[in-house]
Amino acid sequence: MKKFIVCLGLIALLPLVPPPAAGEANLKEASPGEVNLYSYRQPFLIKPMLDEFTKRTGIRVNTVFAKKGVLEKIKATPGVADAVLTSDVGRLNDMSEAGVLLPVKSDILEKNIPVQFRHPGGLWFGLTMRARILFVSKKRVKQAEATSYEDLTKPGLRGRVCIRSGKHVYNISLIASIIAHKGEAATRIWLEGVKANLARKPGGNDRAQAKAIYSGQCDIGIGNTYYMGKMQTNRKKRAQRKWAASIRIVFPNQAGRGAHVNISGAAIIRGAKNRTNAVKLIEFLSGDFAQKFYADQNFEYPVKPGVPVSPIVKSWGDFKADTISLTTVAKHRRAASKLVDLVDFNNSTKSSNN
Amino acid sequence: MTAATDSSPLLARPMRFLRADIWTVGTIFFAALIATPILTVLILAASPSGDIWNHLASTVLPRYIRTTLGLMAGVGAGTAVIGVAAAWLVTLCRFPGRRVFEWALLLPLAMPAYVVAYVYTDILEYAGPVQEILRQVFGWSSGRDYWFPEIRSLGGAASMMTLVLYPYVYLLARIAFLQQSACVLEASRTLGLGPWRSFFSVALPLARPSIVIGVSLAMMESLNDFGTVDFFSVETLTAGIYDVWLNMNSTVGAAQLATVSLVFVLALIGAEKWSRRSQRFYSTSSKYRPLPNYHLKGARAAIAFAVCVLPIAFGFLVPAGVLLNYAARFYEESLSANFLTYAGNSLMLSSISAALAALLGLFMAYGVRMSGNPILVAASRLASVGYAVPGAVLAVGVMIPLARADAAIDGLMRNLFGIPTGLLLSGTIVAVTYGYLVRFLALSYGTAESSLAKVTPNMDGASRTLGMSPGRTLRRVHFPLIRGSVLAAAILVFVDCMKELPMTIILRPFNYGTLATQVHQFASDELLEESALGALAIVAAGILPVIILSATIRGTRPGHSGEKG
Repeated sequence: MKKFIVCLGLIALLPLVPPPAAGEANLKEASPGEVNLYSYRQPFLIKPMLDEFTKRTGIRVNTVFAKKGVLEKIKATPGVADAVLTSDVGRLNDMSEAGVLLPVKSDILEKNIPVQFRHPGGLWFGLTMRARILFVSKKRVKQAEATSYEDLTKPGLRGRVCIRSGKHVYNISLIASIIAHKGEAATRIWLEGVKANLARKPGGNDRAQAKAIYSGQCDIGIGNTYYMGKMQTNRKKRAQRKWAASIRIVFPNQAGRGAHVNISGAAIIRGAKNRTNAVKLIEFLSGDFAQKFYADQNFEYPVKPGVPVSPIVKSWGDFKADTISLTTVAKHRRAASKLVDLVDFNNSTKSSNN
Repeated sequence: MTAATDSSPLLARPMRFLRADIWTVGTIFFAALIATPILTVLILAASPSGDIWNHLASTVLPRYIRTTLGLMAGVGAGTAVIGVAAAWLVTLCRFPGRRVFEWALLLPLAMPAYVVAYVYTDILEYAGPVQEILRQVFGWSSGRDYWFPEIRSLGGAASMMTLVLYPYVYLLARIAFLQQSACVLEASRTLGLGPWRSFFSVALPLARPSIVIGVSLAMMESLNDFGTVDFFSVETLTAGIYDVWLNMNSTVGAAQLATVSLVFVLALIGAEKWSRRSQRFYSTSSKYRPLPNYHLKGARAAIAFAVCVLPIAFGFLVPAGVLLNYAARFYEESLSANFLTYAGNSLMLSSISAALAALLGLFMAYGVRMSGNPILVAASRLASVGYAVPGAVLAVGVMIPLARADAAIDGLMRNLFGIPTGLLLSGTIVAVTYGYLVRFLALSYGTAESSLAKVTPNMDGASRTLGMSPGRTLRRVHFPLIRGSVLAAAILVFVDCMKELPMTIILRPFNYGTLATQVHQFASDELLEESALGALAIVAAGILPVIILSATIRGTRPGHSGEKG
């Protein structure tokens, strides 16, 4: 008994032992050669770029990858993080509305990033662009059957559409963009129409929709462009190439407003202690090396004019993107989320296999 | 054993309110410490959240509540049936494989629920092998030709969670059965009850407090699950909390919904207390002989075998097999340079937290037992509801007070010594450890409380009369009796910490990772193959303690150093 208690006690005292190197940096305020980064993007995606940045500038990048609680963390411990990387404009907008972002004026950023992909006041900067497109079955969907988001509500597509959760941030942004263009009432009718056409309850990620099309469960799905690139080139998961091969890419609304696009982006946090380094990091991410890396490795569209897209992405052809301001779209996100509740989008009454 | 109404002199002496011994003060202090983040969430919830409630009440709130109740009912029923049946069989019956089942039944505990959900979705969805074979065999051409249960559904989510959560019930029920005196069971048999009747009218009621704790832990865990319900887009309260928080950008609204889910937990705890009313069962007999062994033969043995092997197969063997296959093919992608560091971090964080949780849980349960002060009881209850709050929301509740404390310490140190201390708490693993304690104290406190409740207060009285201090009484009298339960609690906390995700992610310092965060960076994009190696490492780290645990609880039978079966 005594030994047991002593053992437990000793283990319990472990946190008082000074933490090893990785933790040590946090006790001190960041030294001049650092930048502290909160990232919504996965480490395996960004690490090679950050390593290259460190190699070139000597500035060490400390990162935390998190998809939730970042805004609250910034508010609770101001001055700890210098910059944030997100995978959606919505988060950037939340942060700018919360007043935690620092406006930045940088000639390099303004030169590298076209005006529609950055905040007018310099609060955030888009780094890559992706379109939300239609995945349609090569075999079962005719050329003219689905060319726009609106087509997804056509009676001819009953029981043939599949999509990931209506609450997913990518779908929320898409719905918000439709609200921005057509108003809430029309968007609600659209959502109800899509719901009526669903082949199965919304779920899975964008890849899962491709798999469902390949297997014949549905004929049309919605997905982000880079997922298509990743499936088409998957070296080890051969099955995904088959899924991709069964699909034709349709950039929607080419005759009208254009396909809905979203950005991944970055911003500087108010109170940043390593502001100069953080700006350098974002400038680096908007430069040729990083833009090409994004394009080649993750099949995203670089925002910097003149940086080529990957050959795979090029093979899909050019497309017309919706030019509505992303800030405007982001403002309608809350309304979009409410509409998804109102029409009970995620509880498609259809049973699984209809 | 005696059934007594709760009026023991030790627990209800006047003037107890005024006593300020170390147990009372300590218990209040720890309860306050652990309850702070929960209170922070409640305070956050007290701010206005605009029009969100109008929207919620008129649209999704009834649905959230219905779905949540359905999920909890499903998981509660599923874990109770599997857990109790398996525990009874391996503890009191003899049939082939029993010695292996004893520990193997605990294995699914180490599996994160969302990983199991991914694995079974791949297998059971329309595009998966099961339905594909069915279509080929029966010549069906599309989903319109047949019916197959949809895995991405409420039922699917409840099944997935039942598969990995039943070990809570199994573990606690088994300990309870082991601690029962053979005399009681024999007396019941002598009085003419058959094995079934003596199970239902004697063994089960006696084990009920432990079973109820196990079931309510499983239900609370299902309440706060996000990974699985998000993957299946099942709209529970927790899914709603994240939606309000992240899509409607309202932290306050999320905190308010979290408060609603707390009401569920309090109702659960209240219902449990009410159902027991004032009955208490204490072990008073010191006569422990080997438990009766019902020899099962033929069909009965086969059924018992199936009852034990199926949960292990579906909750562990199948998912572990799939993970192993993926890990073998994709280890290059997942094996980052820091993998070993992450494994070390996971082990260290989980061990620290498990040890702390076990000590704190025991201390507080004993403090409450000794004082019986209603304020103390309430404070300890509040401290153990953290288990049911979604991790990410609780993390915000942990972060805010820690950041304040840091600012205060920093200011003090600057003024006094001119040394800035920076983020001493919120920027280090202290924050993560604290978060784990807040989240998992319910496991150790609940277990300690229920096993202490079985020790008759007469023992306390005797020991104190003989001049032992409360501390020595705990060490010399109680601890030996409940050692198994305390260890069980520590191991439950350990395994849970290994799997814990949202708090780790939000509270960790820069450049700090664990196996769970390593799994998450892939799993968040449903890259199950790449996440397999990390997930397997978590499972592997959980297996050894689980086996130790099983061996230890065999020896927890009072009056026996080990039971031969």
